[in-house]
Amino acid sequence: MARSKEIAPGVGRLSRSAVYARRGLFKGQKKTEKPAAAETPATKEVSVGGEKNGSTRIVPTKKAPRFYPAEDVRQPKKSRKSPKPAKLRSSITPGTVLILLAGRFRGKRVVFLKQLASGLLLVTGPYKVNGVPLRRVNQAYVIATSTKLDLGDFKVDEKINDAYFAKPATKGSRSAEEEFFSEGKPKEKTPFPESKAADQKAVDGAVIAAIKKTEYLEKYVKATFGLSKGQFPHQLNF
Amino acid sequence: MPAQPSNFKRFVEVGRVVLLKSGPQEGQIAVIAEIIDHNRAIIDGPTTGVPRQAFSYRHLTLTPFVLTSLPRGAGTGAIRKQLEKEGTVEKWQKSSWAQKREAIAKRRSLSDFERFVVLIAKKARRDRVRKSLAKASA
Repeated sequence: MARSKEIAPGVGRLSRSAVYARRGLFKGQKKTEKPAAAETPATKEVSVGGEKNGSTRIVPTKKAPRFYPAEDVRQPKKSRKSPKPAKLRSSITPGTVLILLAGRFRGKRVVFLKQLASGLLLVTGPYKVNGVPLRRVNQAYVIATSTKLDLGDFKVDEKINDAYFAKPATKGSRSAEEEFFSEGKPKEKTPFPESKAADQKAVDGAVIAAIKKTEYLEKYVKATFGLSKGQFPHQLNF
Repeated sequence: MPAQPSNFKRFVEVGRVVLLKSGPQEGQIAVIAEIIDHNRAIIDGPTTGVPRQAFSYRHLTLTPFVLTSLPRGAGTGAIRKQLEKEGTVEKWQKSSWAQKREAIAKRRSLSDFERFVVLIAKKARRDRVRKSLAKASA
């Protein structure tokens, strides 16, 4: 049964992840890998009776099926298509001030740095100005403004790529208890890695210098975006 | 019964300066050159980029300006001469109506950052007014 009833053609009531959670298919998923079965050789030698038969013979371990399907079963065609990264909107260039529309930093104005290989946009608050760290965002959840910073020939370090933002893999299953307590006491927070803090600073240095060049721009980036009465985003210029 | 003078001040008349509310020349002013019927008039705006055309009254607004003694059905050249002689376009541009329209259009065209700067400027103005008011009334 369809869990996600359509509220408009092509738009389901539930998100993709909500449907995944409700279907619960992950419950049956096996976590551990089975030990690989020992490989059986394709042929074996058997001894045969009868003097003219040469005493031994090599036969396949698995007999060929006695019957073949009378009708050919069609194999589904394998798709050779793979998704391409999203094309960058022409209004977004390095240094463009963007307004975030979703996520925990929604309403914040941030500075676009570059597009990553996955198609996501690399943005920074800068962190010192409005608390938004180096972060990846989808360009669909962003308004591009016409305000652009002149970043000059500033280049983001190549090490800041999609892998840079990946979560460290956790091993095995852990209970919630284990996660938050150790020896009956709340666990201490793991400090933010210093190398990442340094990366943030290095990137923000150039961005903040560019922001300082224009009056009120720092205040602007610090302020959050909102619509007031009588303002409609489709009627505004950004 | 003596004919009473009308209470209205603006009439659809030859020489009336009108503001166009729709069409490609929306927002421009023109002059009524000839009244066709109770729905349409021939308008012309040689100095404002409005070509001579029949225009429905529903899509124009009357302004308080009139070209004095413009003859019926005056041609583009005659209208241009009179417009320039009376300085009607400048008068229109100086009127608070036209200036308000311009201000609204300007405000609409502002970008997000410019809107923010306006917000800051308004805040500063409010602050100064409030402080000087407090000083004066204290």
